[in-house]
Amino acid sequence: MQAILIVAGKEFRDGLRNRWIVAITLAFALLAMGLAWFGAAASGEVGFTRISTTIVSLASLAVFLIPLIALLLAYDSIVGEDEQGTLLLLLTYPLTRSGLLAGKFLGHGLILALSTALGFGIAAVLIVLLAEQATFANLAGPFGLFILSAILLGWCFLALAYLISVSTRIKSRAAGLALLTWFLFVLVYDLVLLGMLVGTEGKIDGGLFRFLLLINPTDVFRLVNLLGFEESAASSGLLSVFQDQSHSVGGLLAILAGWILVPLSLAAALFAARKS
Amino acid sequence: MSSVVSLHQAGRSFGKLEALKPLTLSVEPGEVLGLLGHNGAGKSTMMKLVLGVLAPSFGSVRVLGEDPRGAHAHTLRTRLGYLPENVSFYDNLNGREVLHYFARLKRIDRRQADQLLERVGLAHAADRRVRTYSKGMRQRLGLAQALLGEPRLLVLDEPTVGLDPMAVLDVYGMIDELRGKGTSVILCSHVLPGVEPYIDRVAILCQGQLLATGTIDELRQQAGLPLRIEARGEELDARLGHQLAEIAVQLVSHDRQQLLLESPPASKLDALRLLLQQPGISDINVQAPALDALYAHFDTVGRSAEAH
Repeated sequence: MQAILIVAGKEFRDGLRNRWIVAITLAFALLAMGLAWFGAAASGEVGFTRISTTIVSLASLAVFLIPLIALLLAYDSIVGEDEQGTLLLLLTYPLTRSGLLAGKFLGHGLILALSTALGFGIAAVLIVLLAEQATFANLAGPFGLFILSAILLGWCFLALAYLISVSTRIKSRAAGLALLTWFLFVLVYDLVLLGMLVGTEGKIDGGLFRFLLLINPTDVFRLVNLLGFEESAASSGLLSVFQDQSHSVGGLLAILAGWILVPLSLAAALFAARKS
Repeated sequence: MSSVVSLHQAGRSFGKLEALKPLTLSVEPGEVLGLLGHNGAGKSTMMKLVLGVLAPSFGSVRVLGEDPRGAHAHTLRTRLGYLPENVSFYDNLNGREVLHYFARLKRIDRRQADQLLERVGLAHAADRRVRTYSKGMRQRLGLAQALLGEPRLLVLDEPTVGLDPMAVLDVYGMIDELRGKGTSVILCSHVLPGVEPYIDRVAILCQGQLLATGTIDELRQQAGLPLRIEARGEELDARLGHQLAEIAVQLVSHDRQQLLLESPPASKLDALRLLLQQPGISDINVQAPALDALYAHFDTVGRSAEAH
């Protein structure tokens, strides 16, 4: 356990030193502020209008950014150590393979959680301070849920990044796989679903379609943040199939948790089975 | 005292490939074992077995009396030191931070890490980022890392690669000092000249097989390679060649100032007596086959055996 914390501490300090934390925090804060002010520009107004508009546009952008950041942060965590020669060395230390992986996840997870919470949190506070319509009471709930689900989404992609990192021996290949993963989950998956919907002229079984949406963590993230707002009907696209029924937020968050645990355990199993 | 490392019929295969055929070998306390072999001979596999990174496919491995992958592997690993062949460490940290990180993982006081930086001659560069380090400096850092916690067993993979000649002597001196304190060392090296005085025993691997083990003298006996005898003087007579041939000594080259002979070990004294009777001899130099010649001999034998 102590060894896990030592590894986590190193990763976290690396994150501070490489300016990852500062960069992600700033990016998220600026993004949130910008969207809060200009998110309603389409309807002819500038300035903070409604929480729901802000959250809906934030979620639509975060769903692209957060997976990318998480993958970039962690794709080389094992394969990079391997190329440096430190992996073989660490394996001779009093530290198990799953311990090494757990330490990395803890460190990277903290980096991501801290900068997400800070970035969007700062934005929320500024919105409360600057916008007349916004009060802390009506902002805290949706923003809190948004931040929580954003952190979970980030962790899902961290877990996928470790899976990539243990399954290849070449860093550049891991980078390629990370980008491919991002494309598949964030862009291609929804396009294919849309194609299916259009191709079958909407005759696809509703239950199957919902199931297909629920197995992609990015769609689950969108669902968490878009549902429950009237505005979302226009901007949620595919997710409108869920409009007719209420989904428990807890259930959706549990799916995200599953998307963290399954790839992480898979990565640990693959790592343990590796020859060296 | 029991052996620090004992391999009993231990080997490892990867699918059909037998990376290391079953071998039996031990390393005693305070002993330096030189592990020699070409690339892919099974040196790395053997080191990984000893370090517990790989499990043996057959046989058993014991290090300090324990299974290196067993229940007590954690405590065992705090008493092992390892220097991998190519380790570049973390570019964005400085030397001190790197060593502190590894010291923490091994549960060792950071003061000891600082002392080790001094000892390997990196104190002046300790606060510079590893990115700026030369190959030799990284190697020194790796060595300091391996020495953390005064290990009972040190496994060094090519410890002198990239070091300048003085630093090489430093490293060998350090190994000698550790040997004096009872640390056992497995020294893997391609660089043969110069290493002889510092190793007690040699194990030669070729294509996954242990070809020979023993002290350098024992290997010389096994190999039976000729000694080289060089005689200098004035007005030397090459007719000596006939007499030498009778005792199986060969005259390789000669001129009036110098004779060069190759003698089987058994005929050494007879050859010397003959030479001493010659008028005009002023100096005799006897050279036993060096480790690189022995290695070349066993390697050739090993490869030709494999071919048949």
